[in-house]
Amino acid sequence: MQDTAPKPATTPTRITGGVGDPSPHDSAHKHVAGTAIYTDDIPEPPGTLHIALGLSTRAHAEVLALDFSQVHAASGVVAVFTAADIPGRNDVSPIGKSDDPVFATGLVEHYGQSLFAVAATSMLAARRAARLADVIYKDKPAILTVDEAMDAKSFLSDPYTFGIGDPDAALAAAPHRLKGRVRMGGQEHFYLEGQVALAIPGEDGDVTVHSSTQHPTEIQHSVAHVLGLPFNAVTVEVRRMGGGFGGKETQGNLPAAVAALVAAKTGRPAKLRYDRDDDFEVTGKRHDFRIDYDVGFDAGGRILGITFEQAARCGMSFDLSMAICDRAMFHADNCYFLPNVRITSYRCKTNTVSNTAFRGFGGPQGMAGIERVMEAIAAKLGKDPLAVRRANFYAAKGKSAGSGRSLTPYHMEIEDCIIGELTDELVRTSGYEKRRAGIRAWNAKSPILKRGISLTPVKFGISFTNTLMNQAGALLHLYTDGSLHLNHGGTEMGQGLFQKVAQVVAEEFQCDLSNVKITATRTDKVPNTSPTAASSGSDLNGMAAREAARTIKMRLAEMLAVEAGTDVEAVRFIPGRIIAGRRTFTLPEAAALAHARRISLSSTGYYATPKIHWDRASGKGRPFFYFAYGAAVTESAIDTLTGENRMLRVDILHDAGRSLNPAIDLGQIEGGFIQGAGWLTTEELVWDGKGRLSTHAPSTYKIPACSDRPPVMNMSLWHGENSEDTIYRSKAVGEPPLMLGISALLALSDAVASVGGYAGDAALDAPATPERVLMAVQALKTRVAAG
Amino acid sequence: MSNIHVTTTVNGDVMEFLCEPDESLMDALRDRLSLTGVKEGCGSGDCGACSVTVDGRLVCSCLVLAAEAEGCKITTVEGLAKGDKLHPLQQKFLEHAALQCGICTPGFLVASKALLDRNPNPTEHEIRYWLAGNLCRCTGYDKIVRAVVDAAAELRRTA
Ligand code: FES
Ligand code: FES
Repeated sequence: MQDTAPKPATTPTRITGGVGDPSPHDSAHKHVAGTAIYTDDIPEPPGTLHIALGLSTRAHAEVLALDFSQVHAASGVVAVFTAADIPGRNDVSPIGKSDDPVFATGLVEHYGQSLFAVAATSMLAARRAARLADVIYKDKPAILTVDEAMDAKSFLSDPYTFGIGDPDAALAAAPHRLKGRVRMGGQEHFYLEGQVALAIPGEDGDVTVHSSTQHPTEIQHSVAHVLGLPFNAVTVEVRRMGGGFGGKETQGNLPAAVAALVAAKTGRPAKLRYDRDDDFEVTGKRHDFRIDYDVGFDAGGRILGITFEQAARCGMSFDLSMAICDRAMFHADNCYFLPNVRITSYRCKTNTVSNTAFRGFGGPQGMAGIERVMEAIAAKLGKDPLAVRRANFYAAKGKSAGSGRSLTPYHMEIEDCIIGELTDELVRTSGYEKRRAGIRAWNAKSPILKRGISLTPVKFGISFTNTLMNQAGALLHLYTDGSLHLNHGGTEMGQGLFQKVAQVVAEEFQCDLSNVKITATRTDKVPNTSPTAASSGSDLNGMAAREAARTIKMRLAEMLAVEAGTDVEAVRFIPGRIIAGRRTFTLPEAAALAHARRISLSSTGYYATPKIHWDRASGKGRPFFYFAYGAAVTESAIDTLTGENRMLRVDILHDAGRSLNPAIDLGQIEGGFIQGAGWLTTEELVWDGKGRLSTHAPSTYKIPACSDRPPVMNMSLWHGENSEDTIYRSKAVGEPPLMLGISALLALSDAVASVGGYAGDAALDAPATPERVLMAVQALKTRVAAG
Repeated sequence: MSNIHVTTTVNGDVMEFLCEPDESLMDALRDRLSLTGVKEGCGSGDCGACSVTVDGRLVCSCLVLAAEAEGCKITTVEGLAKGDKLHPLQQKFLEHAALQCGICTPGFLVASKALLDRNPNPTEHEIRYWLAGNLCRCTGYDKIVRAVVDAAAELRRTA
């Protein structure tokens, strides 16, 4: 049997929807018709109860008394649940830290923390009643910000450090030295479909939960722990999410556990869907960071030594903060070789909602830190920041051995660095140099409006840094009519994973994509799965599905070889047919024949990423299987009187390896860029002095809208393939493009710098809202006036 | 509170339902008439996911009371296709891969149709600003705008 069928010259056809085909999203025809079913669209079984959470209105306080008399009296209310009603553990921490109670008892640690749940006959009745509880608090001092936490040394764990070389000596000896502080805000996921779970009680105390989650297995575990059930009593299903972005990796645990609790206690189906304002308050966000750097460099801008102190606001509990802060450290280098470096990370515990995974998982924050360093060095030396970036790139692929410029701060050799080549091509296609000169000339003549341009690169490490999570399973059935039924542990949140994995199976069987049925992710089909996160979905599940396909193909090949009196090696899957010696079979014929010969047509598949290992204690290892690269050029304009600003043009070149589906990958790139740009420009989270989130709805929290889209947006895929043996040599594409958005921040910075005649760094913090742009402009004007 | 009886024409069919006096049109369409193509993104008029037209006017159905729909003609995303034949806007959203998770898509389609009904030949700029009330968190709007431009051209060709 041959795995990839070489196509004989006479092959008349090609399958539709194989690997590399730009097929639309598997549900696109349902999306446009309005018939795609999301969790909240599932017809509610009769008697379904609706749930709302009662939330804390203090950032840090003892809870002295809870009085529900008015809640019970409200119309439609069926029952109220508190921690006392939980038969199992009162905890939904994803890492078993027992610090994420389902319902707080005695102490609340952030504004909006869950205290109790109300079950009622309608959603509105539940939400209204939940506001009627009388809660008596005794306030405690609250630590709200990174600065406060750093001053008070309020940490979740001890600071963590790794690095290479001797940064202190290198800094002391460096011809130039700069210190600075970079701040960047957090980010609300604003998945358009909010958190939702529907729990349906079954026989023997079992429960089935429909949850909008990126991690069905963890929902299963949380529900089981809370109800005191074995895992096999809980089944979790998710067909699709209306966006996830990391916000549904752990944040679905609470609503699912509460829905399951109500279902278990009442024997009725129960649904919990946060309204948008609650969703903003109850769920974690991207961590905001404060990064201090101290950098020494030579006259060419090459970094000789550098230290970073990264302080992240983790909120009131661990959640995934340890791994997120680690990833920020792993990306403190971005594309640049740092010969002497020390990165220290502070995980600040604050009385705010526990921050969580968000596309990039800390990587964007680490990367934004060093990109600001590049700008500062360039400003100091009067160079184009691009020249400074190029001077610091890791040694190129094929030239890394013996270069002395390929070791990361975590002692991994970079062998696949294509950022130099990729940047060169983007500089060419975007006309960066000419446009930059043109912008400077234009600015000299434009007193009020100023333009800026920036090219920033991305190198993003692919794999979960927790090695054990890099595994996946799939389940594939071939029916006797030749149709295939595919299931795997990955979840569909809009990223097109289901389609990509189905394309892999179609390619393996050389059948049309329409022959492969895509099915909902379920914990009873593929067990013990990892979250669909860390961009790993297609890498892991694609491989697992291919394994399952190859197992079934091998069984068919062995049978057909006997049937045709030939060798198994002579059996080939070609488009629409299987050739065995002199005979030809269709897939339905082969399937029916196998069934008649009593050969199993069902298989699991399993994959574990090779090569990776990481020793956190020594700060050494190979946490990533490979890296994905990309670069973006953004041109923006600002109004120096109002701070108003907009993107004018974006050019992107991104590396998806040999793309499994270019249409889907380009969609990820476009969306990732805009989401990253939003994080760093328009999206501002504001907490008031009491720790209450003031921007808790889209009326005040501004994600990019259609009118913010740059009028010119050129996106292309890099033409190389992955040098590692991934699924068809593709590369993960979920998270990396988000960091292309850093160029949007730095283009604004460049525009601001023009006000000071480019004599210094604009040091624009993120998000660069109009207010911040205006303040930066004013600060520069003052500096210039003061000489 | 007693329920209110409402008679409307939805996607060409006369429909009746009972609703609470404070029930939104969005909830009535979703829960009473099972038109779950109408999506809730915010419930406060800021995201456009719940877009429908009422007597030809584009509205956020989360901001309209169900009782106000009495005697009105309502079009939801479910009413765009003619049987199995997709509306050109739907077809172009498919072709341009103008969606990812797809939950904003119904709102964009309804809003785009309302635009093309009043202005069959909008500029790209007009499209971008008309659709500024519809949020999408997955895409960068690029393909959405291209799809609408293309669908407008198609509709003009076949008109
Ligand atoms: S749900 Fe109506 S505008 Fe958002
Ligand atoms: S496609 Fe997900 S919100 Fe638009």
